[in-house]
Amino acid sequence: MSTQKTVNGTKTNGNLQAKDFASDQEVRWCPGCGDYTILKQVQTLMPKMGVDPENIVFVAGIGCSSRFPYYMNTYGIHGIHGRAPAIATGLKVSRPDLSVWVVTGDGDALSIGGNHIIHLLRRNLDINVLLFNNEIYGLTKGQYSPTSPQGLVTKTSPSGSVDNPFNPLSLALGANGSFIARAMDRDPKHLQYLLERTWQHKGTSFLEIYQNCIVFNDNAFGPYTDKSMRDSTSLYLEDGKPLLFGKDEAFGIRLDGCRPEIADLAGGKWSQDDLWIHDEKDRNKAWLLTTLFDDNTQAGKLPRPFGVIYAEDRPTYEQLIQDQITASFERYGEGNLENLLTGEETWTVK
Amino acid sequence: MSITEKQKKEVTIRFAGDSGDGIQLTGSQFTSTTALSGNDLSTFPDYPAEIRAPAGTVAGVSGFQIHFGSRAIYTPGDMCDVLVVMNAAALKANLKFLKPGGIIIANTDGFGKKDLSLAKYAPDETPIEDAKASGYIVIEIDVTKMTRESLKETGLPVKAIDRSKNMFVLGVLYWLFSRPLDSTIQFLKRKFAKKPEIAEANIKALNDGFTYAIATEIFSERYSVDAAPIEKGTYRNITGNDAIVLAIAAVAKKSNLPVFLGSYPITPASEILQGLSGLKHFGVTTFQAEDEIAAIGSAIGASFGGSLGITTSSGPGIALKSEAIGLATMLELPLVVVNVQRAGPSTGLPTKTEQSDLLQAFYGRAGEAPVAVISASSPADCFEVTYEACRIAVEHMIPVMLLTDGYIANGAEPWKLPEIDKLKPIDPRFEKPRGNGQDDHPFLPYKRDDNLVRPWAVPGSKGLEHRIGGLEKEHETGNISYDPDNHQRMTEMREQKRELIANFIPDQNFDEGNDKGKLLVVGWGSTYGSIKSAVSEAREEGLDVSFIHLRYLNPFPRNLENILRNFEKVLVPEINRGQLSRILRDRYLLPIESFNRVRGTPLTVTELKEKISEMCAG
Repeated sequence: MSTQKTVNGTKTNGNLQAKDFASDQEVRWCPGCGDYTILKQVQTLMPKMGVDPENIVFVAGIGCSSRFPYYMNTYGIHGIHGRAPAIATGLKVSRPDLSVWVVTGDGDALSIGGNHIIHLLRRNLDINVLLFNNEIYGLTKGQYSPTSPQGLVTKTSPSGSVDNPFNPLSLALGANGSFIARAMDRDPKHLQYLLERTWQHKGTSFLEIYQNCIVFNDNAFGPYTDKSMRDSTSLYLEDGKPLLFGKDEAFGIRLDGCRPEIADLAGGKWSQDDLWIHDEKDRNKAWLLTTLFDDNTQAGKLPRPFGVIYAEDRPTYEQLIQDQITASFERYGEGNLENLLTGEETWTVK
Repeated sequence: MSITEKQKKEVTIRFAGDSGDGIQLTGSQFTSTTALSGNDLSTFPDYPAEIRAPAGTVAGVSGFQIHFGSRAIYTPGDMCDVLVVMNAAALKANLKFLKPGGIIIANTDGFGKKDLSLAKYAPDETPIEDAKASGYIVIEIDVTKMTRESLKETGLPVKAIDRSKNMFVLGVLYWLFSRPLDSTIQFLKRKFAKKPEIAEANIKALNDGFTYAIATEIFSERYSVDAAPIEKGTYRNITGNDAIVLAIAAVAKKSNLPVFLGSYPITPASEILQGLSGLKHFGVTTFQAEDEIAAIGSAIGASFGGSLGITTSSGPGIALKSEAIGLATMLELPLVVVNVQRAGPSTGLPTKTEQSDLLQAFYGRAGEAPVAVISASSPADCFEVTYEACRIAVEHMIPVMLLTDGYIANGAEPWKLPEIDKLKPIDPRFEKPRGNGQDDHPFLPYKRDDNLVRPWAVPGSKGLEHRIGGLEKEHETGNISYDPDNHQRMTEMREQKRELIANFIPDQNFDEGNDKGKLLVVGWGSTYGSIKSAVSEAREEGLDVSFIHLRYLNPFPRNLENILRNFEKVLVPEINRGQLSRILRDRYLLPIESFNRVRGTPLTVTELKEKISEMCAG
């Protein structure tokens, strides 16, 4: 039951392939749903992990995304709304040997389950969280979600939503998440890379995936997923590399004190040497990166970052628990039930 | 003046003082010494919800009652014979619990002007004199002065000396009830092993209190209570919550299952989480969750992973867990949900007792969600009942709701240590992993055995990969199914599975009386002691009354209906507005009568006996 944490790009769990991780159940998302791509990319990742299917568990709450476990030929629990992190926590604490994945959505994780996701992040269990963000309630057929932009007209906001949306990555970082990343369904190659990174990180990995709901919120992420706009709206992060974007990487981001600003590299004023160099381990800069959250439907705005925003090595919760269990056995030996029941003071009636 | 020695069959003492006066410690020391003297006993602590209410006020009074005797004792006593009060507020809060003509031992230093004012007595009131005038015997001792006198040569600061006041009083009481001091002396030596000067001071105060009672002749009578006829064996004193802790450790040992407790602190259940958090070397993992829902969610996750998942709470917390209990009902995984009931609804009276979550346990979920329900009748009974709850959950793959309440959670009584070898085995139905052979039949996660129990297939087991969830599942395969007939069938099977547990629990037996007659009293939970005492007193008076006390509530024992039909009348006393009585009427269509009180306190023997006499006469 050992799990190896190395991804060497080859199939190490026998001769399994992506299709071996597909269950025999018919996939029932709407045609054209972004979930299909994500499912395919996760199934593609599985053979690379070197973990046998019986040692993998997918845990979900409620929502379109939360049907995910039914389609994976691994162990799986489809739980109740918002509680997947809680179920996964009990599983991982009691079975640290398992590879545990939580699949959730913007409503499941950030609205009804908000209290659980923040505590999962601060505790830092080695659990991989895939948050499918489509900025809408899909399964209940089109109400605004905690990530819907202000003004969005939905069935429950006919005059436009007045709710101020969450910035999921700021929330995750604020909750002390140790791995924070963003991907999009329409860039499967990059998604595959981030899924690998998510798996590799030891600790709670929080991967937000922009996922298109073709029925109730189509094209919500058009500015990023539309290839004609992507260059100017999306910032692909690479560790140790300057922040570059735009057609032919004509633009960069530099820091004016603590304030990020766009640097036009063609203008002659700035060169690549002036730019912000991405450092995944720099918490302060990670914070600034999460705040790059402009409405990119308008031109001239700061681009939105995709990739690994922050990655920090710190002990996992289950390891700290295991250490205490080991220490307890070392200190007291195997528990003696008779002594425990007897307690400190007894008397005998003859 | 000569002192009369008097034999007593039973005595009830109530200690009361400020939260900081060490009342609980004094009470528990008197309890230990009483147990070692061979008496049967029952105790109940009565403390305020506030951690440290303002000193000297009625809100800040902490109490401890002990009822002991040379005969079987089932309750902490309705009213006390002796009331020990450390200040005016303690008298004000507790005089109502003292029998007419009873003894008050009062610390006069706690009855100054300021104390009377804090206790909200009028400036011209003289409560001690008033008590004497009302026929109580009042023994006045300036405990503060005497303790300071006793310890003046220790060199300890006055503050530390004053902390030994409770030991001085305890010394007086040990003399009054002819008790030896050695058990408490040993205790003090253990407790203050690292501060021998404090241990010595407390021991001196204890001794001096004892000597003071002899020398000053403040009492005209001295009492002794003989040992009670108690079943042979080795005993310890135990509270209900501690008994649950020990039972869960025993389950971990006997079942070889890892046990996982997911819990969120709540009065009066927190001691279970606290106790188990120190028992990692018994194979128990505890997780203090962010809320009640996460607590049960984590327990369900652990059960899926092959542990026995347990969650502990009280009524309001159980309400929050109800959706997850429904999930566990659908997943058909073992789960134990402990509800240490308190007076509700909402926050209610968090430190006071009630039995008003029975209907919640039976029906408080969305949909048809059958769970097993079991209840404990006394602090010591919590051990066996918890063990049974775990056994049923594991062997029947079902959530089991275990009901106790604040009264038995905090109350204590002697507990005969169980023989570990005689604890029933617990036998999980784990599915074996599949090999690579051709003969392996496909794994069907919802294929049931004769008792309709599905197999437990744990991650890590090759070839058993499966997905389960809250959506309705197809019979045998466990795949999602919206088929109408399948839903009907699965709903019935889940219920039938719960009913079949009746084949694995004992028949109901009689606690008192014959198996037919005029009146049957049916109890459940913490009312056991009160009902037992009331019925046995009524029977001594020749009344035709019998008594059964239910441990297994859902399903009921198989012979329950026959028992009920053999009596002219049935009475169900409960600390709620009539919940078991309602369930029994619904199930058996019998004219069952209720007796209900919801005052946050146990039922009194007196009021119950009156009701029994009335029903027997009619």
